[in-house]
Amino acid sequence: MVLEATHHMSVADDLSAGRAEKIKPRDGKRPNPVSESFGAKVALTGLALAFLALVLLLPLLAVFVEAFRKGPAEFFLSLNDPDTFSAIRLTLTVAAIAVPLNLVFGVVAAWAIAKFEFKGKAFLTTLIDLPFSVSPVISGLVYVLLFGAGSALGPWLKSYGIEILFALPGIVLATMFVTFPFVARELIPLMQEQGTSEEEAALSLGASGWQTFWYVTLPNIKWGLLYGVLLCNARAMGEFGAVSVVSGHIRGLTNTMPLHVEILYNEYNFVAAFAVATLLAGLALVTLVLKSILEYRYGDEIAASAKH
Amino acid sequence: MTYAPTRWRFRQPSVIPGFGPALGFTIAYLSLIVLIPLSGIALRAAALGWSGFWALATDERTLKALEISFGASLIAAIVNVVFGTLVAWVLVRYRFPGRRLIDAAVDLPFALPTAVAGIALAAIYAPNGWVGSLLAPLGIKVAFTPLGIIVALIFVGLPFVVRTVQPVMEEIDRDVEEAAATLGATRLQTVRRVILPGLMPAILTGFALSFARAVGEYGSVIFIAGNIPYVSEIAPLLIVIRLEEFNYAGATAIAAIMLVISFFMLFAINLVQTWSRRRYGYGA
Repeated sequence: MVLEATHHMSVADDLSAGRAEKIKPRDGKRPNPVSESFGAKVALTGLALAFLALVLLLPLLAVFVEAFRKGPAEFFLSLNDPDTFSAIRLTLTVAAIAVPLNLVFGVVAAWAIAKFEFKGKAFLTTLIDLPFSVSPVISGLVYVLLFGAGSALGPWLKSYGIEILFALPGIVLATMFVTFPFVARELIPLMQEQGTSEEEAALSLGASGWQTFWYVTLPNIKWGLLYGVLLCNARAMGEFGAVSVVSGHIRGLTNTMPLHVEILYNEYNFVAAFAVATLLAGLALVTLVLKSILEYRYGDEIAASAKH
Repeated sequence: MTYAPTRWRFRQPSVIPGFGPALGFTIAYLSLIVLIPLSGIALRAAALGWSGFWALATDERTLKALEISFGASLIAAIVNVVFGTLVAWVLVRYRFPGRRLIDAAVDLPFALPTAVAGIALAAIYAPNGWVGSLLAPLGIKVAFTPLGIIVALIFVGLPFVVRTVQPVMEEIDRDVEEAAATLGATRLQTVRRVILPGLMPAILTGFALSFARAVGEYGSVIFIAGNIPYVSEIAPLLIVIRLEEFNYAGATAIAAIMLVISFFMLFAINLVQTWSRRRYGYGA
């Protein structure tokens, strides 16, 4: 394994490295005063990689190995199940409603917070981040308390035939709660960094507010927006705790993919559980790849500080 | 018209349109989806009355579940601080083949649905699993014990430490290390007494974020924990159990305790960040 310290273009570094080479070319015995010895580097890197392999790689590998334990035929057979199809359909439906709504919210909130100076801005930003510090189970619980049998709202809506809990609306609401901050917290630092001068120039040249947004602001934030939507979507499709509390686990009706994984697993139908899990793991891998591409190619246009 | 600088104004004047509707929509949406539903917990908890709330909160099974949740989260966060800082160091300072790939892989726990992580970890650490079968002859049981909870929480919390420490580590001025070296410090002394103190705020923030996430975690834990009351039953699971019993008051009491503690954590994180910005000039 080839290891070398990352020198941050420091003059002193170059000088000392150059001098060391002049005296004893490439012997590697003279210790670099601002880096660890080669042995220490190998040991630290080895330890870090071993830890990551154990904690990250092994679980990911296990999903695919367990799914194909009885061969590919069994894998596809176990996926071919009407309940699995309806779980996939429900997960896509929920994401298709929750993600665009949170996208609109994120853009509007970032417009208000990043383009204007007003009192209480920091507090409002903290409130937007709130769902990240709430347990997913509690995110589901709040809607059970709001629309459940003991509440005022639930039975009243029910008398009009509107079901929230143990139905699609409840699942969408819980998902929206959990994925609420993703787009906004991506865009706010980015738009704050970009300032308001370009918008002011457009407006002074006679553009309307909408034109300014479409032709000036949106092109500036498009990669950051995509980045936020990507993370929002991954969480929306993978959410388990919050959705589990409000869904009621009705097979073929209110089971999302993660909930379907749980049901299959609890029925000791391990191949099927891991087969559905591979679909979700595939989604996670695609998300990671797209996220890395965005970070690599458009790193400057995505606020680095918003990484979380 | 004379300009009165002392006049209180809600917002600074600006030529950019749309402030009113944008802020109105933001606050309305935030209230409908987050604030009003969340305040329901406070209302329900208040409706229990102090003695009623106290009786539910000090229920033995509740206390034990909270102890297990917070204890396991603490241990997992400490492990993550040690290894997360190491991973960040290796990623920032060393160059080796596949570094970029590994850097991207650190975010896996953010992207992988928790239920998937949960069943995968349970399979690995079960007595007949890859790691479980190696540990079984040593008499160590991980799956279906409190140890399993810690394993799941390490998985979930790791990226929080790495992603908080990494950017700050990249910003460290190498001149300081060079100065320490010219003054005769050994490398270990430089790392311990020059580099680590500067990283401390970021490490503390990473610890708090990883801890806060672990306390609320549900999906990845329940498959591996075994969920034995008083032994390996976490607080979020007890909320779900109380809900299934239609014991809404019991569920609300546990949720209220957890919310109060996590808001306190959020406050502490903000304090650490403000303090570090003032002291070191860069936030975590």
